[in-house]
Amino acid sequence: MADAVQTSGASAGHEGPHGHHDPNLAHHFDTMEQQFECGKLGMWLFLATEVLLFGGLFCWYAIWRSNHPEVFVYGAQKLDWKLGGINTIVLLVSSFTMAWAVGCAQRGNRQGLLLGLGITFLGGIGFMGIKSVEYTEKFSHGYYWGGSYNPTHHEEGHAADHADGEHAETADAAHAEAGAADSHGDGHAADSAHGEESVADSAGELAPQEVRPPAALAGLSAERLTELGYEPSKVLLAAEAPGGLAASAPPTSETKLSAEEVRNVHLFFSIYFCMTGLHGIHVLIGMAVIGWLFVRALRGDFGPGYFEPVDLGGLYWHLVDLIWIYLFPLFYLI
Amino acid sequence: MSDHHSATSHGDDHHGLGHQVPTGLLFGVLIALLFLTGITVWTAKEIDLGKLNILIAMLIASAKASLVALFFMHLRWDKPFNGIVLVASVLFVSLFIAFAMMDTHAYQPDIIDRQAPAMVDRQ
Repeated sequence: MADAVQTSGASAGHEGPHGHHDPNLAHHFDTMEQQFECGKLGMWLFLATEVLLFGGLFCWYAIWRSNHPEVFVYGAQKLDWKLGGINTIVLLVSSFTMAWAVGCAQRGNRQGLLLGLGITFLGGIGFMGIKSVEYTEKFSHGYYWGGSYNPTHHEEGHAADHADGEHAETADAAHAEAGAADSHGDGHAADSAHGEESVADSAGELAPQEVRPPAALAGLSAERLTELGYEPSKVLLAAEAPGGLAASAPPTSETKLSAEEVRNVHLFFSIYFCMTGLHGIHVLIGMAVIGWLFVRALRGDFGPGYFEPVDLGGLYWHLVDLIWIYLFPLFYLI
Repeated sequence: MSDHHSATSHGDDHHGLGHQVPTGLLFGVLIALLFLTGITVWTAKEIDLGKLNILIAMLIASAKASLVALFFMHLRWDKPFNGIVLVASVLFVSLFIAFAMMDTHAYQPDIIDRQAPAMVDRQ
């Protein structure tokens, strides 16, 4: 095949699989072996930067988990570990089929390569499908990230369950901070003893943008609040309302217990969505790469002498699998 | 553990580019990975060792990651430098997390009821 295409240094000891110049050998490499090893090293360097990228997020997780362990234990209960487990299996199997596809390419087995790539791609679709089911379920309960965290049960109206209690607390925090003596804030302070319903209702009326991360002031003593420049009278009235910042009253029922004790759950969902979201983007990129490899394999580009793109695409897919191996227990199980 | 494709026996390793991992071995690794996944779920759900649980989960995850890296990513047969690149990146991430944790623990006395002061001041 077209040995005239190769012009430079390929004659210096180049031994292609069939003893002639390979059209897949780039001109700046002497041999296919050299090209293969260089490409691989470049891929590994890129994968190292990926590890560092996720490493920063794992550090975020580690610090917040060590400071707020109860938030993560509580948050993990809000995720469906069975769906996460199925996704783990899907990803592991697709990693296996990818490795198998590379082997097929090495052996010149085009049918096997296409089959392996196809199953791996389907695995990616399955993973993202399950992921979207999970995300939809979280969104429907208002489990968003950061300040958007707004757990309500829309389908149940404004039932004054634990989620609404926490919701109300965010609203009160916003009022107290602004010092705005508007109707909502005064109302809560007045019926602080039994205001559960009204607190929950008014919280429901607030636009999502007005809701701040809950409980930023929780548990602070009056002295500390004064130190920080807050007027204790304003803050503490709201804080002492049911579901308010102080949360000193003992929980009255099982449903209230979890929310009264666990604050800052939005921390968990911020990290959860950021890390699994970035991982999901990697899955999508991996699927695009596999789709491209599939088209090239259909064209018959790959064989025992040239399969490097399959190999490197496979490495990327395995890295995505590696990251998930850590994400699954960290978010779903412990 | 044996390859079904007779064209590639183990003695053929250095003929083509890279190392050909036998399909049987890949499948064995997959079974091991699925088994370890089951173990992770079981230890996290059934055994309560408090803070040790996260350690156990991370150890199992690292064992799984090693299997993937060694066999699926064929680092076992690669030039060592590729493996060094991966191990170095993991080491530096560990160093990063370790120092960050030391730092955050040094500020524990300032944390009131698990509320970071910086969060309050920014309110």
